Amino acid sequence: MPTISVDKAALFKALEKEYTTEEFDELCFEFGIELDEDTSQSKKPEDLAQPPQLKIEIPANRYDMLCFEGIAMNLRVFLEKEKLPKWTVTPPANGQPETIIVKEETSKIRPLISGVVLRGIEFTQERYDSFIALQDKLHQNLARQRTLVSIGTHDLDTIKGPYTYEALAPEQIEFVPLNQTQKMNGKQLMEFYEKDKHLGRYLHIIRDSPVYPVIYDANRTVLSLPPIINGDHSKITLNTKNVLIEITALDKTKVEIVNHILVAMFGGYAESIEAIHVDSPHNRESRDVPNLGPREMQAEVTYLNEVTGLNLSPPEISKLLEKMGYTVTPSSSDEKYLDVSVPITRADVLHQADVMEDYAIAYGFNNLPRVYPNKSAAVAAPLPINKLGDIVRFEAAAAGWNEVMPLILCSREENFDWLNRKDDGTTAITLANPKTVEYQIVRTSLLPGLLKTINSNRHHAVPIKVFESSDVSYVDLTQERKSRNERHFAAAFMGKTSGFEQIHGLLDRIMAMLKSAFITREEGLQNVKLDGYWIEEVEDPTFLKGHSAAIKLNIGGKNHTIGVFGILHPSVLRKFELS
Amino acid sequence: MSGGTRGAVPLHTKNTVAQDMLTHLFTKPTLNSAEDFPSVPQPEIKAALDRLASRSMVEYVTIDSEQATLTPEAEAIVQEGSHEFKVWSAVKQAGRIAIKDLPNFVGADSARVGSGNAFKNKWIKKDGDSLVLVAEEVKDVTRDRLREIQDTKTLSDAKLLNDYKKRKLVTFSKVISYTINKGPKYAIEMPVEVTDLTVEMIASGEWEKANFKGYNFAALGAPQNAGSLHPLNKVRTEFRTLFFNLGFTEMPTGHFVDSAFWNFEALYVPQQHPARDAQDTFFISYPPKSDKPRADPYTDNTLDDIEAGARRLYAANEKRKRVPRDYEAYWENIKAVHENGGDFGSIGYRYSWSEDEALRLVLRTHTTAVSTAVLHRLAEDPRPARYFSIDRVFRNETVDATHLAEFHQVEGVIADFGLTLGGLMRFLEDFFSKMGIDGLRFKPAYNPYTEPSMEIFGYHTGLGKWVEIGNSGMFRPEMLEPMGLPRDMRVYGFGLSLERPTMIKYGVSNIRELLGHKVDLGFIQSNPAVRLDKN
Repeated sequence: MPTISVDKAALFKALEKEYTTEEFDELCFEFGIELDEDTSQSKKPEDLAQPPQLKIEIPANRYDMLCFEGIAMNLRVFLEKEKLPKWTVTPPANGQPETIIVKEETSKIRPLISGVVLRGIEFTQERYDSFIALQDKLHQNLARQRTLVSIGTHDLDTIKGPYTYEALAPEQIEFVPLNQTQKMNGKQLMEFYEKDKHLGRYLHIIRDSPVYPVIYDANRTVLSLPPIINGDHSKITLNTKNVLIEITALDKTKVEIVNHILVAMFGGYAESIEAIHVDSPHNRESRDVPNLGPREMQAEVTYLNEVTGLNLSPPEISKLLEKMGYTVTPSSSDEKYLDVSVPITRADVLHQADVMEDYAIAYGFNNLPRVYPNKSAAVAAPLPINKLGDIVRFEAAAAGWNEVMPLILCSREENFDWLNRKDDGTTAITLANPKTVEYQIVRTSLLPGLLKTINSNRHHAVPIKVFESSDVSYVDLTQERKSRNERHFAAAFMGKTSGFEQIHGLLDRIMAMLKSAFITREEGLQNVKLDGYWIEEVEDPTFLKGHSAAIKLNIGGKNHTIGVFGILHPSVLRKFELS
Repeated sequence: MSGGTRGAVPLHTKNTVAQDMLTHLFTKPTLNSAEDFPSVPQPEIKAALDRLASRSMVEYVTIDSEQATLTPEAEAIVQEGSHEFKVWSAVKQAGRIAIKDLPNFVGADSARVGSGNAFKNKWIKKDGDSLVLVAEEVKDVTRDRLREIQDTKTLSDAKLLNDYKKRKLVTFSKVISYTINKGPKYAIEMPVEVTDLTVEMIASGEWEKANFKGYNFAALGAPQNAGSLHPLNKVRTEFRTLFFNLGFTEMPTGHFVDSAFWNFEALYVPQQHPARDAQDTFFISYPPKSDKPRADPYTDNTLDDIEAGARRLYAANEKRKRVPRDYEAYWENIKAVHENGGDFGSIGYRYSWSEDEALRLVLRTHTTAVSTAVLHRLAEDPRPARYFSIDRVFRNETVDATHLAEFHQVEGVIADFGLTLGGLMRFLEDFFSKMGIDGLRFKPAYNPYTEPSMEIFGYHTGLGKWVEIGNSGMFRPEMLEPMGLPRDMRVYGFGLSLERPTMIKYGVSNIRELLGHKVDLGFIQSNPAVRLDKN
């Protein structure tokens, strides 16, 4: 969730009330945002150095609250201080809208463009900073680190339309990037910014493409090289009066959302909002942007009331929904419906379920009638494998062993090499992108976890007796998800002696509790219908030669090898640093 | 190991001090330890008395007193006489001693201190530069008084005693002595004691006259070498019991790996959602990709078996129709609901949905992936149902005190007709009150697959503030309707981690001390049984 820092005094002035921290926290809670911190209560030097800030956490889908303007506006509407503004485009004075001509080559790299002109804008330092910060937040969140959408802003009075959106070879593009003095071409620019902390991480989006997207004005002045950087020539300053915003994208929906948010947040500081004509016939994206009309939808009165457990009339519902920015009128065609206008700020509204939630928020979640949902009883049942697992766990603990819970992710080495087991590369599920280096695979054995647990408990008095009953996972290409979990049980003993008979005794105890009789190997092999278990010597490199046994089980007329135990090989002990 | 580390006080019958006391008491009714055992150190006397008193063989009273002890200088005076006496004796013997020669006769110390006092006492006088006798006979009072102190350890003239202390002739020390009398079970000899009741003693009847060793009731008993269950699993057991009491059926969570389809797409998480970043989700490099969703007979049979009872119980007389799942249609519905909302009352996310992205394998980031498959199955025969699971989930987190790359998710799902949001709150109030958390508050929140979504806050008295204890909501129509569930069936979902309430409840501040191989075995062994309702 993004956290937005806003000036406390300015926000309370906008809300026309001096809130205490508790009161404001309560307001945030009711509205569904979260007051993270009020820096007036902080003693950190960096907080004391600036006017008190409120750090507010915003839900990830509320792009309309990523700056001071949006938070103030939405809370004012919620508090019924004002109705949500209606934004409209004004025709340009000369009748000729600014135009962007899109060249077909852009389809190869970044096919979409949108934009808007804010005319007669009045920047202050605060507004300017907020304008820059909002673009940054949108780039981080909705735009997925500029991959999907990126924004460029320009002083309209320094450039001349019509503009062209093109895709050219890096060497062909030459300009002075923002806040630089040297002219460079696309290729040089990549090298120049490679080490740049801020911009370096965006270079990969276009670096290896044969063509880079670029926007020129009528004089071949470069406006920007999206999604990396703008040109220095057209940069906006505090004195800029007329702003041209261009937004390039891969995603058709998100490019317009970004446009809407910028207009809704900063259009209020401008004398007029002017549309831009995008000329893009090759992909049928020729249009005038932005379209600031609200989206019309319908919501069922009974649905809204049923799910919230309320029983309010359409006018009452409409009044509540206005607090959330909607314009609502009972439907002219059918009284069971409400006509709902969804403002451009509310890209998160997809379904009448979203309207219903806002209805509940406006009414107050904590004021809703709380009626127990149990109209029909249900019958409880445990998952059989968990029930069986619990029986084994309880019996192991009752026999004097201690349950441990190591992690499921581990390294290849621990899982294979350290146990003298071969890794064929196709047994274990392999992680593609772990942040922590030792998490490479999903364990296929419980043993490494037990041994690591003993290793961290070497200070503990011996004997140490530990067990775990939990899942391991294997690659299984016959499954839909190409893998299969198995519930395993494992125990380990460390003492002054090997404890072979201790482990053997635990096995006997658990088998007895699972109603499985100990039979001789001869009996078991002779008659597979005779249920029971036995152990027989087996060679297993994890264990000391001659001191490991396979556990054999006859059940349901079949013989299975269900496990192995033995004295761990000294080389295994050395790997887990237990010797 | 046998026997307690702090069992009954061991009895050594050959203890001579104890035996001496018994012997003395036979002839003398009251003993004073200072008089009768002057050479036995006090701790030994005390130990012997405790042994005997614990068996009621003696009774004793402790006497605290101060006693005066002579310093080495004073002891020398008792031996040889005071300095003034030594000077007087020397003068008497010699008849006349030159003052400068006096140290040769009595030593420097006595010469310096002694002559002054001898003048004061008018025992000697100066004659020119020599000393001559005045008194023919003298009484050495100082020596007599010091001898009295040596004998009685005190002096009746308290002022003088204090004077001696100042002159560093005596020191005072605290002395503990005891007055000892016979106890009700007094005997001249230590009786033979038995430490435990044995089968042989019962058989022989010897137990009737046996003298049992006293037990030290202040000590701990013998350690039990007990086995133990992991604290986190003990909390898990409490949650499972709670779910069973509320009529929930456990879901089959036996696969750590899921496809993006089940983990994200089916939950209406769009393909560009930040949760699907490599920063948050573990993607699988091998095996390379999932199959499209299809029937899973093993899991279906498991669920059929455990639900068979409930089905019979509620079937009554109605014949219920079961429409088999159509996985191909489900796949297409999900694609449509993402791209344009399909026929499900939504405008969709309006992007181009990639099949390859949906078939990527991930380590499940939540058990809701399993709930989704179970709800899809419910669409075969939509009926009220409650499901829960508690199992491991995975997040590609940077490990720190509050984050591990894996943890346990506790999740509950309730499907029914006509559910309301307030009903979910009421249910959660009841659920959490059984964990001893009352007075919940609900905060509107965002979650891609629930609408409305609510964060659950409980007041933590220890921390003195509201803390988030879980998440909840009603699943979105875009998630439920593509499965084929009817529009009027609504589904609650709620979840929390198993680790967080355990850490809050038991004051564990570092998650690595609770889950993983670094957990201390001592912590596992000593952690009390868990009763969430009783703290």
